[in-house]
Amino acid sequence: MPNYAYILLIPLQPLATFIVLGLFGRKYFKTFSGTIGTVSLLISTIVSFVAAIQYFFVDGKVNGIYQKIIAFKYTWLEFSPNVSIDMGIIVDPISVMMLVVVTFVSLMVHVFSLGYMKGEDRFATYYAFLSLFTFSMLGLILSSNIFQVYIFWELVGVSSFLLIGYYFEKPSAVAASKKAFIVTRFADLGFLIGILLLGFYGGTLDIGILIERLTAVQSPEYTAMAAAGFLGVSALTWALTLVFIGGAGKSAMFPLHIWLPDAMEGPTPVSALIHAATMVVAGVYLVARLFPVFNMDAAALQVVTYTGAFSALLAAVIACTQTDIKRVLAYSTMSQIGYMMFALGVSKYGGEDGLGYMASMFHLFTHAFFKSLLFLGAGAVIHMVHSNDMKDMGGLRKLMPVTHIAFLIACLAIAGIPPFAGFFSKEEILLAAFHSNKLIYGVALFTAALTAFYMFRLYFSIFWSKESTVQSHGEGPLSMKLPLVILAACAVGVGFIPFSSLVTSDGEALETHMDITFSIAPVGLTLIATLLASYLYKKENDKPAKLAASFDGFYQAAHKKFYVDEVYLFITKKIVFPLVGQPIAWVDKYIVDGFMNLLASITAKISALIKGLQSGKVQNYALYFFSGIAALAVLFIYLWK
Amino acid sequence: MNLSLLILLPLLTAVTILFCNGLKQVRSVALAGSVLQLALGIFLLVVYWQERNTGNLSPMLFEFSVTWFAPLHINYHIGVDGISIAMILLTASVVVAGILVSWTMEKLSKEFFFLLIFLSLGAYGFFISLDLFTLFFFLEIAVIPKFLLIGIWGSGKKDYSAMKLALMLMAGSALVFVGLMGVYYQTGSLDILQISQMHIPLEVQKFFFPFAFIGFGIFAALFPFHTWVPDGHASAPTAASMFLAGISMKLGGYGCLRVATFLMPDAAHAYSWIIILLATIAIIYGAFATMMQTDLKYINAYSSVSHCGFVILGIGMLTETSINGAVLQMVSHGLMTALFFAAIGMIYSRTHTRMVAQLGGLLKVMPFISTVFVIAGLCSLGLPGFSGFVAEMTVFMGSWQNTDTMYRLATILSCASIVVTAVYILRAAGKTVMGPITDNDFLQLTDARWNEKLAAAILIIGIVLIGVAPFLINQLIGPGTENIFQQVGKAITLK
Repeated sequence: MPNYAYILLIPLQPLATFIVLGLFGRKYFKTFSGTIGTVSLLISTIVSFVAAIQYFFVDGKVNGIYQKIIAFKYTWLEFSPNVSIDMGIIVDPISVMMLVVVTFVSLMVHVFSLGYMKGEDRFATYYAFLSLFTFSMLGLILSSNIFQVYIFWELVGVSSFLLIGYYFEKPSAVAASKKAFIVTRFADLGFLIGILLLGFYGGTLDIGILIERLTAVQSPEYTAMAAAGFLGVSALTWALTLVFIGGAGKSAMFPLHIWLPDAMEGPTPVSALIHAATMVVAGVYLVARLFPVFNMDAAALQVVTYTGAFSALLAAVIACTQTDIKRVLAYSTMSQIGYMMFALGVSKYGGEDGLGYMASMFHLFTHAFFKSLLFLGAGAVIHMVHSNDMKDMGGLRKLMPVTHIAFLIACLAIAGIPPFAGFFSKEEILLAAFHSNKLIYGVALFTAALTAFYMFRLYFSIFWSKESTVQSHGEGPLSMKLPLVILAACAVGVGFIPFSSLVTSDGEALETHMDITFSIAPVGLTLIATLLASYLYKKENDKPAKLAASFDGFYQAAHKKFYVDEVYLFITKKIVFPLVGQPIAWVDKYIVDGFMNLLASITAKISALIKGLQSGKVQNYALYFFSGIAALAVLFIYLWK
Repeated sequence: MNLSLLILLPLLTAVTILFCNGLKQVRSVALAGSVLQLALGIFLLVVYWQERNTGNLSPMLFEFSVTWFAPLHINYHIGVDGISIAMILLTASVVVAGILVSWTMEKLSKEFFFLLIFLSLGAYGFFISLDLFTLFFFLEIAVIPKFLLIGIWGSGKKDYSAMKLALMLMAGSALVFVGLMGVYYQTGSLDILQISQMHIPLEVQKFFFPFAFIGFGIFAALFPFHTWVPDGHASAPTAASMFLAGISMKLGGYGCLRVATFLMPDAAHAYSWIIILLATIAIIYGAFATMMQTDLKYINAYSSVSHCGFVILGIGMLTETSINGAVLQMVSHGLMTALFFAAIGMIYSRTHTRMVAQLGGLLKVMPFISTVFVIAGLCSLGLPGFSGFVAEMTVFMGSWQNTDTMYRLATILSCASIVVTAVYILRAAGKTVMGPITDNDFLQLTDARWNEKLAAAILIIGIVLIGVAPFLINQLIGPGTENIFQQVGKAITLK
């Protein structure tokens, strides 16, 4: 068995950085903290690449199949001899792939932030939080125990909360951070109950054993779980759907997506790392991690498919109407994650049928590069114009040539134009959808065209359109340009990685053949959408406004994000607070506590009555004495008979 | 080790305080005494481990017994297991932290510190008692100082709160006393270990169990007898709030477990559904009630009602894991709430307000205190890495082993409270420490002083230690809860 215990170093490195910067950063290394964080992460990244090379090309493969290796395991909290939370490290194709993605993108963001966040008062805190996030995310992807996933899941959530609320004096940032945390917490409740169900029926929390037991049709665990039900739905479907709800919360799937656009209140490099490339794909990763079990339950997979496809479409429509460039990117993230989700949903486990799984992971991989590039590019633009709004931009191509080219490459990649990275992964997804569900294929195709449209709308609005009025102060330091260049190179190159022979559902290489005739429809539609966008937005004109007016009601609805936020506000502000919270507070004050006070005052009244009897006056005592005798005499006389 | 030292040391400290003059002398003595006590607690932990490692498996270690009043079979019988040691360490940490945050208590300082130490004496005695009368004796010692602490050093409607707290806790004690007497007349013994070997008839258990359980339950904020908690905590001075939540409420939980459930397990089974019902109500109801509060102390007090519900829930679910979770939650809640009250006290002493609406942006002017506040909040909402997560998850895992639909429903509802908790914690933290500064006078305020930093550090170390390495405390309390579970005798374990 090859030794991968050194992988432990990868998450521990950022953890150490977090502790050091968190405790001493503010005082001792105010300006060095960025360097400390970046160098520390550089080491993690190098180790990740070494691990990836060792796994994929040296000894990960046995008899043509990539192995699942438990590199490390420690019992953290034991509930009973078989059921325990273990801290473990799993090494398999997806965890190694994610290792590379997370450390690499995080490194780019660390470098970019050196320039972007320079001079911030809480520079050390920023890097401490970034390190905390990186640690948690790495812990999540390496988890070998489902409860371990939950632990890091929550830690990722809190680091996201801390980073969205980084500008804590801005009320909107505080509100956004709260919203992100609470919405995902609500989803996590589903995840938690799903874990309780899986743990109870599976008799273990270890993912490997769980998969082993629940994928064998004859096993007592599977039989029990498929037979037990609640409200006519089997326990297995419940458990998987609940786990998926947790994933949908983090991955911003409808209707739990409302936190993601608001999360853009955080510093832009943070959006690039957390809300584009890594944390938001945790839900996809979770489903992929448990995919063999999902494969056993068609109903749960259907939920995944339709939620994913609907979110992809909805987000793409909304993205066409937004004017805040980060929000456009946020909706595009949601849309692309929807792609990854339904690709998993239409997939099966193993062999040729596992195409969707492979495609989903491939898209996750390529998306991480071009989406973080888009965000970092947007960050550079915002750094220049000090605004998030498209209306304040235009004509920036001359002022920021590097950003312009990088951004253009990223747009081509996300739109799926060959030979950029997004083309390859999107094509596989479309192919998988085509073979299993025509409706989903149709939605996917339409969404692909919309994607090209809104991305080029964004591109032309920022870099072309009107002449720039911005006072240029240079495109920014090397630390900001370098990550853009590197990521742009990735957005061009990573599509050529032979992904299907590396990461598949069962570890066995998958033969994929690129069919030119199949590509005609999506690429053709994409090109038309791109041309349409250039016709509308390349020069400043009134055509977009007319177009919006012709879709009047629908445009307004999409612009207002289909009023999903309003529904949530209604539920919380008009139902939960006044109809649940206030009555409970009232009952507590007036009924429960009122009853206690009543008891006390009755006691006090009775004692006030009785104390009159002990007045100390002999005449009164004599009176009581004789009236008592009289009363007793009367009683005796009557009772005697 | 002679356990009586645990009582003698605070007694000595308290007496010494009486001979001191001025705040400086008094607080130094109090601090020295409490730090020594903490050291003693840690020493106890070490010798306990050594003793266990030599293979001593008896349920209680370091037992000592001497006849106190022979005609009534009253013995001064003491001994500890892992659960008691966890409670002792909790008490010792809270006492040190409480004394540190009261460092500048000018008003009647001698009496104040005397009462604090005296209260802790009662708690130590309670946690090591193996004789029902001794246990009750120390329980009463721990009640009376609270009345004075709130009545004299409190704020707001302190007279009402002090009276309310004293009356309700006295009522609780009276119920406990009836329960204990019932056990005594049935078995002729007051010795906990002896009684646990006898069998009390089910009818007798069913009659006396409610007295003991509700009696102790009042201390542990059992719904609907929790109403002393908000008023009592809100009116108490900071250290007293910390002691109330960190120590006094634990007396109740410990009593429910060690006395009511351990000695009358059949009745615990019979009434389990009522206990669970009340606990679930407390958890949900407490959480929603917290959401509507506007005063930081009320927020924390109501959230204590909700969090103590997990202790009751864990006991009521009667599985080994859930009982383990109940003990973990007691320790965790004690540390976390003490930390929360300490942070609120630090904020209040500077801004002179506890109203959420009037506070804002404190992170900018007092980063340390604000960070402490946020850490306490994150622990309260069950963030992994802090003790609250470990305790709550253990309770959930244990509760889930009961397959009955109603029990499942209770577990799910209790799980759902983590969302409500997140709402009220983030609302409070988002308004108080984050956001714009609401009052320009805040800009002049200073951050924590050394004593406050030390107090927070002690509690945070405890919280993080449990949260990061739960296997340590699990090993400590494991044999104790196993012992109780065997008594409960219902062999449900995870498959």
